[in-house]
Amino acid sequence: MTDPVLTTHGITKSFGAVQASRGISLSLNPGEIHAIIGPNGAGKSTLIAQICGGLAPDAGRVEFLGQDVTPLPTRKRAQLGLARTFQVSALAMEDTVLQNATLGALGARGGPLGLLRNALRDQGLRDKAMTALERVGLAGQASTVTAELSHGQRRQLEVAVALTLSPRAFIMDEPMAGMGTEGSHRMTGFLDELRAEAPILLVEHDMDAVFALADRLSVLVYGEIIATGTVTEIRNNPEVRAAYLGDPA
Amino acid sequence: MSRENLINAALLLGLAMVPLYAWAMDEPFTITLATRVAILALAGVGLNIALGLGGLVSLGHAAFFGVGGYAMGILASHAQSYTPLMEVPFLIEGTKSMPVIWITALAASALAALLIGVLSLRTSGVYFIMITLAFGQMFYFFAISWPAYGGEDGLSIYIRNDFPGLNTLDPIQFFGICFGLLLLALWLNARLARSPFGLALNAARQNAQRVETVGLSPFRLRLAAFVISGAITGLAGALFADLNRFVSPTMFSWQMSGEIMVFIILGGVGRLYGPVAGAALFITLEHFLGGLSEFWHIYLGALLLGVVLFARGGVIGLLAGRKVAHD
Repeated sequence: MTDPVLTTHGITKSFGAVQASRGISLSLNPGEIHAIIGPNGAGKSTLIAQICGGLAPDAGRVEFLGQDVTPLPTRKRAQLGLARTFQVSALAMEDTVLQNATLGALGARGGPLGLLRNALRDQGLRDKAMTALERVGLAGQASTVTAELSHGQRRQLEVAVALTLSPRAFIMDEPMAGMGTEGSHRMTGFLDELRAEAPILLVEHDMDAVFALADRLSVLVYGEIIATGTVTEIRNNPEVRAAYLGDPA
Repeated sequence: MSRENLINAALLLGLAMVPLYAWAMDEPFTITLATRVAILALAGVGLNIALGLGGLVSLGHAAFFGVGGYAMGILASHAQSYTPLMEVPFLIEGTKSMPVIWITALAASALAALLIGVLSLRTSGVYFIMITLAFGQMFYFFAISWPAYGGEDGLSIYIRNDFPGLNTLDPIQFFGICFGLLLLALWLNARLARSPFGLALNAARQNAQRVETVGLSPFRLRLAAFVISGAITGLAGALFADLNRFVSPTMFSWQMSGEIMVFIILGGVGRLYGPVAGAALFITLEHFLGGLSEFWHIYLGALLLGVVLFARGGVIGLLAGRKVAHD
């Protein structure tokens, strides 16, 4: 088996008396979707923040592409190819959809930004931004102000910005939240194909999507991973059923 | 042409026509008023790059205005007394050449902005306002206690500095210089706003996390904006000192910082021509209301209150309608 793209080794994080992460070790292999599920307050967002760089763990390491990235800030991890989408959309709301996507293309290009050229007339940036928007189905809204998008469309834009980075791994925090059934279906189909480009660590509440997509599932409860396995294994795991899935009638 | 562009064009045309008319009517005082507007608008354009594009509420821009003013004052005072600025380790002479003074003012205020920015930009919100204010006050008290260059009394420059090919003592020609530099700064500001740098800076103002997640540094973006902003305000300071042929510590005062910010708020935060509209309105009010009462600031205060409460986009926003939504 090839080496995992991303690994966490015993990540631990406390906020006062609350232990949000208790020695979390998990891996993301090439070509897979690894879903993390767990009840509200299980520490999913805290885990993602530590993987992406917003929070420093009290103990443990994060390895990305064989490199220890624990001391690196968010920005450096992004430059290495770690793309994140947010649970609550983090977009420039006053800017247009195209401007948001162009920002991603700018970050991906690196180097000096340029003070006098027109960003939106830069063909290289524009192509990259438009390609990403087309892939998520937002090309028609390119000149719409982001604040006017629906919640579902904002999630699509989040994914488009991540795509412009041509990342080596995606970390997605509830990309289906706020989408209707149809949108959720389309996003599921899209992520299904996306995993071939770069593996996805997926935090999601939509269980239909998770069960349809995940190669592996990890169940996080009170800051601890209580089980990792395939969809079937997790579904039949009695501990998981008790802790999280409930007993289906 | 959008309504805002029409208003902008009318503003510029007005600012150019008033002194030309005054020149034809032989009213040099009106030309001087228009020159003040152009220079203060330039200072405002500088601050607007930090405030409007970057969302950096700096209450210390008088520091850069004053550094530019003193760059002019120091160079010109040495030139008029025929004493070198320094002899060791190498000789630096004073100068009366405007272009040389401008470059010095730009460089000195950019350096000041870099130092202040590196320290202040680690904070945000109210702390940023307070720390920039504190730096401004430091410069102010330093200028007061620096006897070599006039201390509290300031420095008088007897003859306005030279610009190749022009008679700078002729009010209309000096106005032309200031107006030209204002146009240049407006052009630069417009280009910056559309550039990749401006796009990223503008995004960092709205959502710093987003900018970091694509691998860019909000801190560096803001620092660059702060330096460009400080340099332009510094250039305005050099022109202001040349207009008055006088430099004093009041250029560093926090009231000056506040005034520059008032131009922007009156005109419209983040609007390219906001500082032009704001400075024009401010100087007009000062001229007419100042003639009526010593306490004209009361009326200015009421107007400012009205703008903040009912016209968040400033005068330009009121006339042109919504374009940018600022918090």
